[in-house]
Formats: sequence, C-alpha cells, structure tokens
Amino acid sequence: MRPLHERNLRTFLADVIRWNLIGSLGFQLFRIILLGVMGLGIYAYSFQARYGLSVTGMNDIVSWGFYISNFTFLVGVAAAAVMLILPAYVFHDPNFHRVVIIGEGVAVGALVMCLTFIMVDLGGPLQAWHLIPGIGIFNFPSSILAWDVLVLNGYLLLNALVPAYILYSHYKGRPADERKYRPFVFLSIFWAFSIHMVTAFLYQGLPARPFWNNPLMGPRFLASAFAAGPALITLILAVIHYSTTYKIDRSVFNKLRLIIVISAIINLLMLFSEVFKEFYFPTHHSSSAVYLFFGMDGRTSLVPWIWTSVCVNLLATLVLAFNPGKSNPKVLLPACLFLFVAIWMEKGIGLIVPGLIPSPLGEVVDYLPTWVELSVTLGIFALGITIVTWLIRAALIIEQDYSSV
Amino acid sequence: MSVKKDDHEPIRTDALLEKKSSRRTFLKGLSIGAAAGSAALTAGCIGSVEAATPEELKLRWQEFFKKNYRLMSQEEKDGTVARLERLAKMRDNIDLQMGSYPPLDGVLYGYAFNITRCEGFMECVTACVKENNLDRKTNTQYIRIFEMEPGKLDPSTGDGRYYHEVPVENKFYMGTQCFHCEKAPCTKACPTRATWKEPDGIVVVDYDWCIGCRYCQAACPYYGRRFNWGKPEIPRDEITVRQHYLGNRIRPKGKMEKCTFCIQRTRKGRLPACVEACPTGARVFGNLLDPESEIRYVLKHKKVFRMKEELGTDPKFWYFID
Repeated sequence: MRPLHERNLRTFLADVIRWNLIGSLGFQLFRIILLGVMGLGIYAYSFQARYGLSVTGMNDIVSWGFYISNFTFLVGVAAAAVMLILPAYVFHDPNFHRVVIIGEGVAVGALVMCLTFIMVDLGGPLQAWHLIPGIGIFNFPSSILAWDVLVLNGYLLLNALVPAYILYSHYKGRPADERKYRPFVFLSIFWAFSIHMVTAFLYQGLPARPFWNNPLMGPRFLASAFAAGPALITLILAVIHYSTTYKIDRSVFNKLRLIIVISAIINLLMLFSEVFKEFYFPTHHSSSAVYLFFGMDGRTSLVPWIWTSVCVNLLATLVLAFNPGKSNPKVLLPACLFLFVAIWMEKGIGLIVPGLIPSPLGEVVDYLPTWVELSVTLGIFALGITIVTWLIRAALIIEQDYSSV
Repeated sequence: MSVKKDDHEPIRTDALLEKKSSRRTFLKGLSIGAAAGSAALTAGCIGSVEAATPEELKLRWQEFFKKNYRLMSQEEKDGTVARLERLAKMRDNIDLQMGSYPPLDGVLYGYAFNITRCEGFMECVTACVKENNLDRKTNTQYIRIFEMEPGKLDPSTGDGRYYHEVPVENKFYMGTQCFHCEKAPCTKACPTRATWKEPDGIVVVDYDWCIGCRYCQAACPYYGRRFNWGKPEIPRDEITVRQHYLGNRIRPKGKMEKCTFCIQRTRKGRLPACVEACPTGARVFGNLLDPESEIRYVLKHKKVFRMKEELGTDPKFWYFID
C-alpha cells in the first residue's frame, strides 16, 4: 500500500490499472478469455464495417434485431442500480451502503454496452458525430432517440463520477463529503427512472407499431428491469461474497429478494394484462402478439422462444416468492439466474422483433441473427463484463484496504 | 475504389448472408469468414485509401465534413454536387449530371391511384427501379403492388408477392409507396434531422447526413422507407445519370432512402417515372395548388380515400374508384 502523502490522482489511476493486471491464475485466465471474446467481436464487426449491415439477419421488414434487443434489455440492467442507491441513501440502510458501489459499477458496464450496441447498429457509424450538438444537428426535443442519447450519456456520467469521487476520497484516506455528492445521488435516482421511461417511449411513441404503441410499455419496462437488474446484482454479490474477503451481509440478499419478487410479480401481472388485451378480442392490432405467441403464416421462430421465457419466468418468480429452500442460496441463486435469462429473452428479442412483424403492409418474415451479430454481441458482453470486473476490483480494494473510515 | 474489390464483393457477402445461427453453421461461417477475411487482406481491398489519388482523398475529406443539405448555401450545394460528380468520374468513369435545384414556386405535389384501372402489370415498379438507381442485388423497390380480394381495401390483406399472369378475374390491384405525409412520423423520429419535408411537399433524405439508425423505418406506418443494407449494385449501363442530390443519386451503404416523387424529374416539370410508365393510366400526379390540375379534378369529382387515415399522418396520396 502506498503511503498517504504519495497518493494523488495519477497514482490513483496507476494503482487501479495495476490492481487489474495482477491476480491469481484463474483470474488471469478469465481476463484472457474475455479478451479473446472481444477479439472475436472485433473480427466479426470488421465484416460489418466492410459489407454493411447486409451481413446481419436484418432486412427492410425486421429493421431492428439482436443489437437493439440487447440494448433495450441492458438499459433496464443499468437502471436497476437505483434499487441499491435508493435504500442506501434515502433510507440510510448501512448494509446497502457497502454494496451500492457495486451496483453503480454494474450500471456503468451496462451503459457502456448499451452505447456500444447503438454504435454497432448504426449504418453509418462514422457519421455519428452528426448527433453532437454544435458540430452536428441534434433533433431535440422532437426525436425521442435524441432524448435517449441525452439521458443515457447523462446517466453514465452520474454513475461514473459519483463513485469515482467517493473512491478517490477514500483512497486519499479521508471520508467523502456527503454534501458534495448527495445532490448528484438524488439526481441519479430520478435519472434512472428517466432512462427507462425514455427508452420505452422510443417504442411506445410509434403509432405505426401497435404492439409497442401501448401505455403499459414504460411501467412494464421498469418492473421487469427492477426484477432482472437486482437478480443480476444478487448473482454478482454472491460471487464477490464467496470468492473474495469482502463479505456481504445476509440481510442485503434478503432485501434484494424482496425487491425482485415484488417487481417480478408486478411484471407478470402487466404481462397478463397485455396478453388479455391482445387475445380476448383480437383485432388487426393484435397480429404481432399472434405472431409472437402462436406464429403466423407458418412462421413460428419466436413461439418456442417466448413460451420458454414465460414459463421460466413464472417458475423462477414462484421459487423466489415461496422460498422453498428456506433461503438456501443453492435454490435462490439459480432462480435469480433463470429469472434474469427469462426477462432477457422476453424483453430483448421477444419485444423488439415481433413489434416489426408483420410489416405495416402485412408481410410476415422470420428473423434469425447471423454469426456476425452473435459474435459482435458476445464481444460487447465481454467488454461489459471486463469493465464491471475492473471497476468492482478497484472499488473493493480501496474500500477494504484504504478506507480508514 | 479498385475494380478488384467489386469483383470479390458479391460472392463473399452472399456466402455470409446464408449463414444463420446454429453451432454448426456458426463454425462454418467462421471458417468462411476467416478465409474471406484473409483473402480481403491479401487482395489489398482495405488499401482502397492508399490506391486513391491525392485529389480523391481531398474530395472525400471535404465530403466527409460537409454540412446538412438544408444548412448549405447555394454555393456549398454546387460545391458538393461538383465533388460528387468528380468522384464518380474518377472512381467509375461515369459522367453524372447531378443537380440540387430547389422547389418550384407555388407547387405542392399530390398523387392519386385509381384502383379500378390498375391491372397489376408492374410497369411502374420497373420504371421506378431504373429511374431511381435502386439496388438490383437485393431487389429494392419503392413501389409495392398488392393483389386484392374484392371487398377488402387494406393492402395488408392482399398478396404483395404474386407472380402470374395479370389481371386475374375478380381481383383488383393496389399500389403503395411513400405517401409523403404532411405530418410525417419519420421526419419527427430522425435524431439528426437528416429527413424532412421540402416546401413542395416531398419528404426527402439527406443520404450523407443520415447515420443509419433506422428509427424512421420503424416509425413509418406505410412501409415507405428502404435501407441500404449493403453497397447498392447497379449495372453500369443501366445507371440513370441525370440525378438530384436529394433524389436518385446512388446511395452510400448504410443509409436510408425512399420514393421522392422522382424529384429530379418533377422539379423540372416532368412526371414521375411510375406515372409515365403506367399503361392503364391508373396513376395521377400533379400540383395540389393548381385548381386546373388533374389531381384536383380527381379529388373533387371522385370518391377518394387514404390509407390508415386514423393515424393522422395526412398523406398526400389518395386512392380512388372510377
């Protein structure tokens, strides 16, 4: 450990990098695998850069696919950090205070993935500067996409700078001044809701797509995010608890379970409400839902996908709600994993693709991502996981070894 | 852009397009991709920059940093048109006649489609593809013709992929294209204002300002927009050289495009290619502000209707029955 008087911003950054280059053999292997997967992503993207989006499975009818699906889902994961921030700062729960920084790290990783997914989905990524106000034109407030760019980048800044300030203060051996960062914490709470609502409005605001043009979209986004996000954070906390010396209090897991269960039940209720509306008296506005749940014109590629998702979602929610193993982590942790995957399936592909099928002129096509899309997506996931592990590792070392408060 | 590259490109993209996701095809795709990638490297395709002359590099640089069309002065518009013409000459040895002429005064274009007369020959589609330099490889078409059952008026109930002798007894035909809505959802959605409604009512795209996010495509309730998923391919001798900056110039890859009512023709007082090509006279085009125009006659004397009126998009495209 560096002596106190030698610590400054430069050594802070140097130390963060150093901590993330050293580590056990297993950890190094983990990093190399992540690096390899990112390499695969870059390699696959080189085809897209050369031949355009024609190397993806998308077409004029299904014009958004795997990239935008993952983007949409990850916005939810990013917003879920608020479920740790809220108890920690508003209800002053000391146990949550210890884990809030991990939630913020997950949010940063998720946001970087979101922005990368948008970039790889662009047909002209080199023209992305046209979005920057000043040198480009920003169609604000008319375009919801412009709003989305704004709220996502703002949330990234908030979630990166507040923890950076706190960690740096602790690194310097002094407590962080709460008066300085508290306003930003409260801002980030509102902001978390806004990134989710705005991303929902992106779809909800399109009368051309009846499947999306639905006022329940925003609230349902929030409910599913507050189930999937805390489920992921529970898993990450469990990994930290079992593989490091940074122990997480059991009450945190219990409270997270409560948050997940309530959100998952609200999510399922809203799903039921949507399904009722689509199928009790089907109109031509229900055709996307018909395609999704039962297939149309012999095209059924999403049918097994969505039913798997709904069933797994239901089972995982039941397990988390009734807690059959009496809080046995061997029961609850897999349930969290399954819930996370089920919501990813439903809120990613299960939401975006059927919104575009059938086309406004009634044409039904199936969509399957190509190996380019799958590899680029894996690469972006590897990037996100790398960022999260870097941030959390630095945070844990500072909180454990440097923080004298 | 070397000739060599064009020789290789279609084969490889075709091979890649076939690849759908399963583990086996994934691995197969990977190996084909690896082979294609190394072939690309050794063929020096990436070196299209180094193959370029200093003049070409300079022109491309200026093109990259140009403004949105609507912010350009006439001088700047002339400048970019001259650069695009020069680049086409240098790269493909084609003499383009590109223009950036403004809307005519006192003109608002409107379109009407006679569903009694149309017999589904699709001459309009062919003419449109040719006139507007549409990609032949993916078979891009602005116009869709649907074969309809009697009693239905919504094209989504019709068959848009019919391939048989027409007209068929007891069927009728309905064409769709961009309807140039007065309250267009696409222009509202665009995050960079790369698409807008011109004073003469034509909804256009600045292909060089578009970032290819495809939000407008999701927002369009009429399937009026097409995306350049790859680089468009048009046989050299079929290229229409009379072009407009906002119209039929050959689009770069990764950009949105759409029907422009043949802006390169109509702003010079000619009819759109589809109207001219129609053998049955089912298509009517004209100036809505001119009380003597044929389109005004149709709107006044025929029973007209518009598609998805309930969305409030106010299309300038009417269907009518004789």
